[in-house]
Amino acid sequence: MEFLHAVIVLSNFVIIPAITYGSQLALGALGVTLVYGILRFSNFAHGDTMAFGTMVAILFTWWFQSIGVSIAPLPTALLALPIAIVLTALLLLGTDRVVLRFYRKQKSAPVILLIVSLGIMFVYNGLVRFIIGVGDQRFSDGSRFIISARDFKKLTGLDEGLAIKTTQVITVITAVVVVALLFWFLNRTRTGKSMRAFSDNEDLALLSGINPERVVFYTWLIVAALATIAGTLYGLDKSFKPFVYFQLLLPIFAAAIVGGLGNPLGAIAGGFLIAFSEVFITYAWKKVLTYTLPEQFAPSGLMQLLATEYKFAVSFAILLVVLLFKPTGLFKGKSL
Amino acid sequence: MTDNIKTYLLFAAVFLLIVITGFIQSWNSALFILNMGLISAVMSLGVNLQWGIAGLLNVGIMGFVGLGGLATVLISMQPVPEAWNAGGPRILAGLLFGVLTITLSVWVYKKIKNTRWRFISILIFLVCSFFVYKSILTPGVVAVEAVNPAATGYLGGLGLPVLLAWPVGGLMAAGAAWIIGKTALGLRSDYLAIATLGISEIIIAILRNEDWMTRGVKNVAGIPRPVPYEIDLQASENFVNRAASFGLDPTTASTLFVKIAYAGLFGLVLFVLVWLSQRALNSPWGRMMRAIRDNETAAQAMGKDIKSRHLQIFILGSAVCGIAGAMMTTLDAQLTPGAYQPLRFTFLIWVMVIVGGSGSNLGSILGGFLVWFLWVQVEPIGYWLVDLITAPMDPESPVRLHLLDSVAQMRLLTMGLFLLLMLRFYPRGMIPEK
Repeated sequence: MEFLHAVIVLSNFVIIPAITYGSQLALGALGVTLVYGILRFSNFAHGDTMAFGTMVAILFTWWFQSIGVSIAPLPTALLALPIAIVLTALLLLGTDRVVLRFYRKQKSAPVILLIVSLGIMFVYNGLVRFIIGVGDQRFSDGSRFIISARDFKKLTGLDEGLAIKTTQVITVITAVVVVALLFWFLNRTRTGKSMRAFSDNEDLALLSGINPERVVFYTWLIVAALATIAGTLYGLDKSFKPFVYFQLLLPIFAAAIVGGLGNPLGAIAGGFLIAFSEVFITYAWKKVLTYTLPEQFAPSGLMQLLATEYKFAVSFAILLVVLLFKPTGLFKGKSL
Repeated sequence: MTDNIKTYLLFAAVFLLIVITGFIQSWNSALFILNMGLISAVMSLGVNLQWGIAGLLNVGIMGFVGLGGLATVLISMQPVPEAWNAGGPRILAGLLFGVLTITLSVWVYKKIKNTRWRFISILIFLVCSFFVYKSILTPGVVAVEAVNPAATGYLGGLGLPVLLAWPVGGLMAAGAAWIIGKTALGLRSDYLAIATLGISEIIIAILRNEDWMTRGVKNVAGIPRPVPYEIDLQASENFVNRAASFGLDPTTASTLFVKIAYAGLFGLVLFVLVWLSQRALNSPWGRMMRAIRDNETAAQAMGKDIKSRHLQIFILGSAVCGIAGAMMTTLDAQLTPGAYQPLRFTFLIWVMVIVGGSGSNLGSILGGFLVWFLWVQVEPIGYWLVDLITAPMDPESPVRLHLLDSVAQMRLLTMGLFLLLMLRFYPRGMIPEK
């Protein structure tokens, strides 16, 4: 019984949140890794792309709510998601056309493109703040829980509750579907194969008649979808604040690098690794230990390894260890 | 020759912008822009050393600036004896233990050759030591933070003159840069970027959360000044008479005097740093650095030790940022850890360097002044512009109100556009490298 309680507490506060957060990070890291693999630069504007996509989703959610459209019990934001993806894709394609294409034609060094992406980051960031403001926005509606802690207790007669939020389930299901679609696209379709060929060896791909502009077009389309979905899921699960999205850049990059930049599978693994470590290290283990350890060893403190504010330190430390001992990432990434 | 004239004209133009601010808005705001412009110029000089001369991508400037700010507190604030008695030695012991642990694990790492055993033993050792470290440190921290939390609740500093904090800030930033450089240099440039981004977030997180050291978000206010206080000036008969002879009332005169004194100090620092950088840039060392930047393989073939040269310049540039950070905290007379935002302290400095001209010291100084000026002035200009454009609308129209409300966010947009336009049309900046 004690052990069962410990497992439930652990699932409630560690495992389920970490899986959710990991799915969001994985989707974000996939976007970063695709840009890195195919367009060959580290895109610092990715966090703000996510913020832009989420902002559009929020605006349409509000509009749908005001005209009374809803898909309860699911959150209305899911209905707004396709529109947000289209608008974000337009923004990214427009940015590519106006800004990035010039440097691609010039064959600029990746580091120049990185700096260009800093400029784009500024513009997106300003745009988002200009339109929706800097404040916290909550836009999740529909039913909040699949099963709330109280219902769970009543159902099982246990002392500890296990709450599963709707947004958590939606996040995981969406992430699985999106990743499956992405891999199907990359591995099975002609366009997907040409993208991978372009990523492996640009010159050979060009020689075999692959149209680079087409590859770039599809890449931005997919990146827009990934970023918008990741951002909206994160916002549904927690809340939307432009600055937080900017800060997500660090764990997302850490996830992509830990897995091996340019490697989609690595990005997913990295996302979960970072998420689990963050939650594990910043979680106060007191309750779990009280249940599992014999009474005389029960801890008196919170048993929290690091304060929650240091969660960046966790992703950073993992990143550093991987960089030092396995510079191309856990799964083999590419290096430029 | 024409290049020189262009440089003079550009500097004159920026100077003129500040003077115009003085006439239109007030001399106090003009001097504020000048002072922060001087500090920004020092920061962009540091980044230019790293990026412009050595091609190292540092996106953790905020962290080094924050360390400079921390140095100001640690050097110049008066120590809090009760707090020291309550937990000072314990905290010091904890920190010492942490340093010993890391030194020991590095030693073990070098000693054991078997990779698997090395990994396992170091992991176990680090995890165990972490708990010991926390058990030493935490009671001390709790005790220190309990001492009069509203006014102190921290250990205080050493009570030394605040000017000493500037070089110390540089040293602290240099130390942090050494650690990062040891690990992340020699890898790809993107990795250095991410690593520096990470370390700067961590440094700021430490400033915000370690209340025993920085009071965290409660801020350390009242940092001593290297220049006289306005109140003292207003009380001095001599000063009031002087002010009157210029036709100024004592209050305005005293605020102006203080700002000018700061500008003198900052200008001196900037001058020395520019002089040193120019000398370095034109010395054999500078030529070697540029050679490494332009072609690492060729430089390596000539027998240059690229990794240690990179480490050297990375430390130097970061130290300059640290000095600037200490200067800024001195000017503010308070440390506000909540105010460090990467967009303002990292990426804005990048805009300054790129706009001014990467690789050119004078260019980065110009960029520092110009971009800072725009950063301050875009808001009033934007407000005026939006007001003008939306004037035909109903004054209560929500669109107009929202636009007027969001004008403050225009500066990010403007800076981004400015950066992109410069990169596209003048990639070498306003004062290109020769």
